[in-house]
Amino acid sequence: MSSASLELTEAGSVRRAVLNNGLTVFVRPMRTAPLASVWCWYKVGSKDERRGQTGVSHWVEHMNFKGTTNIPRDQVKGIIEQCGGSWNGYTWIDQTTYLETATADALDRMLFIEAERMANGLYHSDDVESERTVIISELQGGENDPEQVLDTEVTAAAFKAHGYHHPTIGWLSDLQTMTRDDLYGYYRSWYVPNNATLVIVGDVDVDDALRRAEQHFGAIAAGVLPARVRTREPEQHGERRVRVERPGTTAYLKLAWPAPAASNPDFVPMLVLDAALSGAKGVNLWASFRNPPQRSTRLYRALVEKGLASSVFGALLPTAEPFLYSVTCTVSDGTPIASLEAAADEALAAVRAVGITPVEFERARHQLRARLVFESDSVTNIAHQIGYFHTLGDVDLYYGLEGRLASVTIDDIALVARAYLSPARRTVGWFQPVDAPAGGDR
Amino acid sequence: MTTAVHRGLSPLRRGLANGAAVIAQHTTTHRAVTIHASVAAGSGHDPDEALGTAYFVAKVIDRGTASHSADALGEALDGRGVSLSVGVSRHLMTFTCTCLSEDVEEVLDLVAGVITQPIFPPDQVELRRSSVITSIRQDEDNPAVVATEALMATLYSGGHPYGRRAKGTAASIQAIGREALVAFHRAHAGASTLRVMIVGDVEAGKAVTLADAAFGGWSHAGGAPLAPPPATPGRTRTTQTITMPGKAQSDIAYGFTSVARPDPRYYALTLMNTVLGQYAMGGRLGDSIRERQGMAYYVLSGFDANVAEGPLMVRAGVNPSNVARAITSIDEELTRMARDGVTASELADAKSYLTGSMPRMLETNGGIAAFLHAADFFGLGLDFDQRLPGLLHAVTLDDVHEVARTFLAPDRAAIVVAGPPPDAVGGEPHR
Repeated sequence: MSSASLELTEAGSVRRAVLNNGLTVFVRPMRTAPLASVWCWYKVGSKDERRGQTGVSHWVEHMNFKGTTNIPRDQVKGIIEQCGGSWNGYTWIDQTTYLETATADALDRMLFIEAERMANGLYHSDDVESERTVIISELQGGENDPEQVLDTEVTAAAFKAHGYHHPTIGWLSDLQTMTRDDLYGYYRSWYVPNNATLVIVGDVDVDDALRRAEQHFGAIAAGVLPARVRTREPEQHGERRVRVERPGTTAYLKLAWPAPAASNPDFVPMLVLDAALSGAKGVNLWASFRNPPQRSTRLYRALVEKGLASSVFGALLPTAEPFLYSVTCTVSDGTPIASLEAAADEALAAVRAVGITPVEFERARHQLRARLVFESDSVTNIAHQIGYFHTLGDVDLYYGLEGRLASVTIDDIALVARAYLSPARRTVGWFQPVDAPAGGDR
Repeated sequence: MTTAVHRGLSPLRRGLANGAAVIAQHTTTHRAVTIHASVAAGSGHDPDEALGTAYFVAKVIDRGTASHSADALGEALDGRGVSLSVGVSRHLMTFTCTCLSEDVEEVLDLVAGVITQPIFPPDQVELRRSSVITSIRQDEDNPAVVATEALMATLYSGGHPYGRRAKGTAASIQAIGREALVAFHRAHAGASTLRVMIVGDVEAGKAVTLADAAFGGWSHAGGAPLAPPPATPGRTRTTQTITMPGKAQSDIAYGFTSVARPDPRYYALTLMNTVLGQYAMGGRLGDSIRERQGMAYYVLSGFDANVAEGPLMVRAGVNPSNVARAITSIDEELTRMARDGVTASELADAKSYLTGSMPRMLETNGGIAAFLHAADFFGLGLDFDQRLPGLLHAVTLDDVHEVARTFLAPDRAAIVVAGPPPDAVGGEPHR
């Protein structure tokens, strides 16, 4: 491949190439099934949005399923199903991504779709209008979920300045007022090869896959990227509290603290701390983040086994910039939220004071190692991890996790517990259900 | 576009002396093993006066066994990174988990202890009672769950086991004592209906030996599988509106009863459902309601053939002001498909999609275990993955048209809408 510089990344047998237009390509052969997964990642997410355009990254993602110059509008959504494939996309705070997984002989078609998406989106005005109402429906569906409502409020309170403040779906009034030109301008600015990462994992030959990537993407011109929003979150001095009161049946409690970014040396000790507090989830948002082994953890024992909460869930997500470590509890029917909060405070104070025990430490590390194995069970999941971590900054953040995990000490856990779980830096959210106004036939 | 050669499964099935069945499939993708087991102790077995018993049992059954206290069991599973999920369907109680291959023997023993020798400690019964009631209260606040449960109650009325609330009610759970949980387990869980799938990085013969060691000593036969009565198809259209103040979106559940899994029309219905509400994000329904009219973030149809006639259900989430329009659009799409059937290209696409997606479905240990379990439960044979493409390809346009005419009848549809009053939500109704 004469037009690209090549370097070999040994970890996980991944080959990395950078095309002349700046597109980074990863290829990992994996011959356990006759499948290939293609992901195209863009380093743009809701944190990069300007005031008045919240939700534009996510809306652009929706528009990028609406047809391109060479894929007519009515063929977009069947184009991969014809090969038995699945497709999807998601937008979050740091990234936007698209994927297809299908039989490996559909590799060309998958690459064609992603190259079209990068360069030739149509953005017809009619489609913008019909998608506006679809996205508002998505937002309203989320508002039916009290946990999501509380999460939005807590995140907005925890970040008063940084772009992580607003929800990825955006604020309703921005969704009502953004124009086709806002969307198209954003698309043209950020959807350039020098802001993208292409990942191919599956039953493919590495050289052949790189050659095909070059054929499909090599002619797309690099672009000049807009300046990124550089606002940082000021230091927090003192607890913040939010209280949501809406009709409902169940109360929720959410505690959140500023957390280290994925590249910060404290990130892995925090992962271990979270595993000891609420069970290891691994680091694959796409695949494995739910249902952690948690029955012997501190918070489960202090809150669920005491009957105060019916569930507890800790979340430390790998992010490009410092985001949040959060603990969310479903309050047991009839328990005052304050009682649950007091019990959580007590459990967390103990960890801040003396750290975790050697037994907890070893169990947490073993759980994390096991989850790293479990979450690498398919070409789709492996491709996700490569692209996700490269988009955060460096794929070695992923391949280095096992090594970082091996070198963590129990003292590191005590240090991060003291440093990050400070009451003065936290945001506390209550969802307090209130009686609905009278009416209805239910 | 050709599809890749499907390499096929090669599972090993062994009946144990106590009547249990073990199916093992060796894979080498990664160093993990998925265990997927079931017994005929689903919510359909709940006594009429104690709805939610099976669900309650599922929440306590892994909280202490003859050899492990609740804490010891939690530590043994957590220490290996294992999260055991216990769930109930209408027919079955299922136990699933994934472990590292080096831990498979110990984890099989732990899972066997949970299934065969639970002790239902009184303190754990009370703790789980509280969390089950909280879960019921959460469901009552979720318009999608409320709409779906109400639709099932309409389609399967008169106490049919498919129409009852699987979790019960706060009152029914409150009234179920520990002895009722013990009695339910004793009456229904047994080796005669036990199925154990072991899929992953363990040689199949060894997996069967390990399963025999873990489960072979269980001499309790348990109860018979659930044999639900046939469902009675609806004769008239019904519409129920459930008002849930404070919500932003309305959930629509619209459906019919369809066929039982052994019915030969199953494959035609599967293809019809794919065209109607699955293919390329929601099929024809998605194209009309989401793509062309921009009314909904989600709209789809689902088809769940079971031992008795399962539901064929359309679901959508829309702005409250668009409920009537969305229901009209569903009526129109169903009427059109009943009148004209599907096109040759739609049928070909649906066949390509369903057969071509099998390598994806069977890529992971969890996917293989679920597939083998369903194939065994419905008596489809160990080679079902090989036969399924042929069964789908044999379906004709006339077959699909016939099932569309038979089942898609808006004048006999049951419809439930759960959500806020129509005038309560701002935002962006369809213009």
